[in-house]
This record gives sequence, C-alpha cells and structure tokens, in this order.
Amino acid sequence: MSRRTATAAALLLAASMLSACGDDGGVPTITWYINPDNGGQARLAERCAADAGGTYRVDVQVLPNDASQQREQLVRRLAAKDSSIDVMSLDPPFVAEFANAGFLRPFDQADATALTDGVLRGPLQTASWKDQLVAAPFWANTQLLWYRKSVAEAAGVDPASPAFTWDEMIRTAAGQNKVVGVQANRYEGYMVWINALVTSAGGEIISDVEAGKDATPTIDSEAGDKAAAIVGGLARSPAVPPAMSTMGEEEARSAFQSDAGAFMVNWPYVYNAAKESVAAGGITQQTFDDIAWARFPRVDAGLPSKPPLGGINLAVSAFTTHAEQTLDLVRCATSLPNNVEYMLDAGNPAARGAAYDDPRVREAYPMADVIRQSINDAGPRPITPYYNDVSTSVQITWHPATDVTAPATPDESAAFMSDVLQGKRLL
Amino acid sequence: MALTDVRVAPPEPEPAAEITDRARHERRLGLILSAPAFVVMVFVTAYPLVYAVVLSLYNYRLTDPAGREFVGLGNYATVLTDPVWWSDFGTTLIITVVSVAVELVLGFAFAFVMYRVIRGRSWVRTGILIPYGIVTVVSAYIWQFAFQLDSGFVNQWFGLGDFNFFGERWSALFVIILSEIWKTTPFISLLLLAGLVQVPEEMQEAARVDGATAWQRLWRVTLPNMKAAIMVALLFRTLDAWRIFDNPFIMTRGANDTETLSFLAYRQNVTLVNLGAGSAVSVLLFLTVVVIAFIFVKGFRTDLSQVRGDR
Repeated sequence: MSRRTATAAALLLAASMLSACGDDGGVPTITWYINPDNGGQARLAERCAADAGGTYRVDVQVLPNDASQQREQLVRRLAAKDSSIDVMSLDPPFVAEFANAGFLRPFDQADATALTDGVLRGPLQTASWKDQLVAAPFWANTQLLWYRKSVAEAAGVDPASPAFTWDEMIRTAAGQNKVVGVQANRYEGYMVWINALVTSAGGEIISDVEAGKDATPTIDSEAGDKAAAIVGGLARSPAVPPAMSTMGEEEARSAFQSDAGAFMVNWPYVYNAAKESVAAGGITQQTFDDIAWARFPRVDAGLPSKPPLGGINLAVSAFTTHAEQTLDLVRCATSLPNNVEYMLDAGNPAARGAAYDDPRVREAYPMADVIRQSINDAGPRPITPYYNDVSTSVQITWHPATDVTAPATPDESAAFMSDVLQGKRLL
Repeated sequence: MALTDVRVAPPEPEPAAEITDRARHERRLGLILSAPAFVVMVFVTAYPLVYAVVLSLYNYRLTDPAGREFVGLGNYATVLTDPVWWSDFGTTLIITVVSVAVELVLGFAFAFVMYRVIRGRSWVRTGILIPYGIVTVVSAYIWQFAFQLDSGFVNQWFGLGDFNFFGERWSALFVIILSEIWKTTPFISLLLLAGLVQVPEEMQEAARVDGATAWQRLWRVTLPNMKAAIMVALLFRTLDAWRIFDNPFIMTRGANDTETLSFLAYRQNVTLVNLGAGSAVSVLLFLTVVVIAFIFVKGFRTDLSQVRGDR
C-alpha cells in the first residue's frame, strides 16, 4: 500500500468513526446498554425506532453477563460523566445506588404517571429513590415453589396451602427421603433466598436506608432468626441437597429433576428448561408431567409469603444529550404491548399486570397467574445505595449454610454489616 | 540463599574526593540529559499519588458523595487490623517467595544454556523468550484452560480424574504460581545472562589452571562476580511478583483465599467504589514496594548501576 492510499484509508476510517458517533442528517443515535438476552431488547429497539418514524436511531450495546460486572462497567462510565450512555437496563438492586450518585435522570410527574400505570407493586418499589421515579419497570422476575406431584401425594400434603410452610416442606422432604433445592452458594442468589425468608417472616434486612451508611441493620431480629433457623435447619436435615454450599440455580434444577427431587424454589425459566431437557433426552416426559408449581412457601403460616424479586428497570442517564428521544424510547419499550411482546420473545415476565391477561401469554405460561401474584406481592431486596455492601456482608456471614444458627448468625451479620458500612471492616 | 556467605572481593577504593573538571561536567550533563524524563515522571505520577493519599484520609464512596467524611488515619487503622488485608498479604508473600525462588534457579539454567549453546543460538534464545512476549492476561487464560475441569487436559495427562484445581486454595495457588513462573522466568534469565557475560573469561581460565572443578568455578568465580546482576534480577522480579494481579483475577476471581494485595486494591476501588479504604490499600501497597526496594538496596547492597553493565 502506497503512502497516499494509506493516508486516504486512515482519513476514511476517521471520517466513518466520526459519523458513527455524530448526528448525521440530524437523526440522533440513542445508545442503550442492555443486559445480555436472546436479542429481544435489540428487536424491541428496532421496533420502537421504526414506530417513532425515524426521529431517532438506537445503538444497542451489550453489557457483561454477570450482574456485578454490569454494574462495575456502568459505574465506571457514569462516574466519568460518559455522555455516550443514554439509557441502560438496570438490575433493580442497583437503582438506589445509581440514583443517589446522581447518575440517573428522574422522570417528571407526567412521565412517572404513564410509566408506572398498571405496573405490579413489586417492581414499582424498586423504581424510585427518595420519592422520585428514577427508573421505569420493564420486566420483572420472581421465584416460585416447584414441586413433584408424586411426592406431595405420597406425603398427603398440598404445597399450595398456606399451612405448607418451609418447616413443613423440609419435614415432608425428609420423610420421603427427598431433597429441597435452594440457592446457597456464596453469591447473589443466596442473598435473594435469605432476603425472601426475612421479608416473608415480616422483617427486613436493613432499615432506615435513606441514612446511607448510617442505616440500621435489622437482620438481628425475630424475622432474621426465623430465616436462620430455616437455612441452618435445611442444611442439617436429611432433606439437604447435595453440595448445598455450592448450589446455584442450575445445580438446584438438576437436583430437582433427579430421582431425589421433591421441592425447589427457583425462577420460572426452569419450566422451559425442563421441557428442553425432555427433548434432549435428559429427563423423561413422565418426570416433566410430574412437575407442578405454587407460590413461594410461607415462613409463618399466618403471614403471606413475600417471594423474591428480580427483573430489569430502564433508567435514563443523567448525562444524556438526547433526553427527549431517550424518553420516547423508554416509553415505547416499557409499553403494555411491548411488555407482552418481550415476554413472548425473550421469556421474561412483564412488569405490567395487564400483560398476563393476554391470551398468548396465558398459553405460553400455564403459571401466569401465580407469577403475576408473586411479582405483585414480592419483597424487594434492600433498597439502599450501599446494596453491594449489604448483600456481600450477608453472603459472607451466612456461608456455609451448615454453620448458620439462630440467633448467632443474624447477630454476627448485623454487626459485620454495620462495621462495613461505617468503614471499620473491609469486605 | 547461600549467596550471602560467598566471599566477595572488596569493592574498589572510592576515588579521591577532588573531582576533576571533566567529571563534574559529565555529571552535570548527565543530570541535564535525565531531567526531562524526571520532570515528566513527576508530572504524570505525582498528582495521582498525592490524590490517593488525600482520598485515603476520607471515608468516601463514589456513589454516595453526600456521605463523604474526614477520618484521618482511620482507614489505615481499619486496613491494618483487618483479617482480609493480612490474608491477602500472606497470599501475596507466598506467591512472591515461591515464584521468585524457583525462577532464580530456572533462570540460571536458562542463562547458562543461552550462554553456552553453540548451534542454533538464536533459536534457543527465541524459544526461551516466547512466554515473556505473551500478554499476562492471555497466559493466565492459557493456564486456566489447561487446568480447568471442562476444557483442561492436565487431569487427563496425570490421571487426576475430576480434581478441581481452582476449587481449593493450595491447588489454585499452585496453578497461579506455575503460570507466573512460566511467564517471567525468561525475564530473570535475560538479566542473569547479562551478568554472566560480564564474568571475565580470564578468571575462569585462571581457575581452571589452578585445578578448580566446574562446581568450584561456579561457586567461587562465576557467582561472586555476578552478585550485583543477581541482586538486580531478584529486586526487579520481587517487585514484579509482589504486584501480581492478572492470574488470580482471571483464574479464581480471588475465591478460596487466593486474593492478592493488588486485587484487594482493585476490588475496594473499582468494585465497591470505596475510594477511602481503597486508596489506603493502594498507598500501603506502595509503601510495601518501597520497603522491599529499600531492603534490597540498603540491606543487600544491590548496586543498581550494575544494570548498565559498564564495570
């Protein structure tokens, strides 16, 4: 290549790079950082851009797989006031931290009303910080109790009844020589389980969160003790699943699908995964037909359970230079029809209740009503700017499950959490 | 290290106190020539260093600007009394001592090979240097894939069945250290080769004439004359190994007590955005490096001017 051609090529390259991030023809490009999915969000972006009649284009950037790495990347960019992020798909536990840091653009009253209209109660709680809507609920997730009909029949119990508490479930499984699948590896999924137990017992892990690092850990309470009794109790009972201390969602599923499977708490994806497993010859059709579901079990027979809550909220960056078009995209992506489309396309449950009345959704999800009810009554993980510290403190002090006892573990957990928040201990 | 009990020829007497005009001129020229580099270094590194020291006096989360408060030396007290710091300190110490010790022996072997090889000299040198040319992150992945349960071949080769190398502290450290040794032995052998070349051939011949065995020649002639080069190589590698980050980061993510001090600084600063404690860890890491360098330069009398190879 002669020098002249090289120069020309370099100029061309520079020009094309410039036009990629500039506005050519006056049409702004909105950059949407998404969590990895099956391509559903990218298709949604295409649709919304087309519906907007070409007033904006969307460039979709995929974040890492792991939620904490997603957060790391976004925090790094937003802390540097990176204006190349317009909108992001955010894990609900991180909303408070981002909003508190001034990374998110609050929605005004009119938008807030439209974006939260008909949204189920669970995701609604995770979308605000200090009484301002800072994220738009997009889709939500929850855990159900999955059980084997044959085991429930043999033991003569009804897992859907309020009397079927965690204690009852562990006793039943032990009596049948079966196991209970949970998530108890030292990772975020363990925090999800512990939080669900504590909130179902009527407590919360930490309170007075608006005080930031001076918030009060309340895991050392009666509710925390009940949760510890269940976690440690399962780990020391005959119903303990194999390798409980390294068990994540997938390990729980394979234990549940094995001959020893009886009960499991897990996200709805396991249903389709089991279906695929039949097709792949992993389990028999008979085993698949034996699978049933109910709401997350109660801790206390007199208190409705608060199932776990996951999902994704859409948040607009405070440093966006295309606020108007970005808001258009958020409105479009979180609309009821698109909630339905995304649920059918990517298999992620909608944040808006009315989506569950759609006949196509009801056909694809036989458990649609339970999912809807669970998401509505869910107990979110602590909404605090220090979520990372709170979660990691709990994971460290409650692991391994075999060593969890009440009241020692919750007490230790609260003391450690307090020290970490105050900067007296390192994580 | 048996090197310290080797008798070393006393250093040449210092030149007389009066410096000639020419020497003074040369010294000034040297200062002028190195000034730009020095200024740039100060300019580039001083600000972040000072800023890190300032930050380390606060309890400050990047995502909670309102919660920022001055705590003086509180962060240092927290870090130095925390089991996490000491556990990471221990891990870093183990990795450093083991890898540098093994590398010194291996590096010597390679240096001798490179020095003595007659045929295919350039091929041998290139072959030995290849690992050093590979990016550390890539080499970490290479070793991880080799030892991992799903993709690895090591278990098959040695009939270890389903042994999970990264599931336990010591086996994980073993792989981390192995990768570190593989990657950086060429570096130490290069420095040692530079020292080896400096040993006068006449001395070797004189020793041979006196009837010294090869072993005696190594211990009485070669090593004492290489002491400065050895110390420099050790210093550079120790400082390098002390800051190890890539291997544990890629292979274990710090699980099972395999987190090192650099990794701790990264986690506090980047993951937890805990800039106060994170900066304190960074400053302490910097101080440990200074201490190591001080011990080498003052304690073992490492002469850094030897690197120039002009004596």
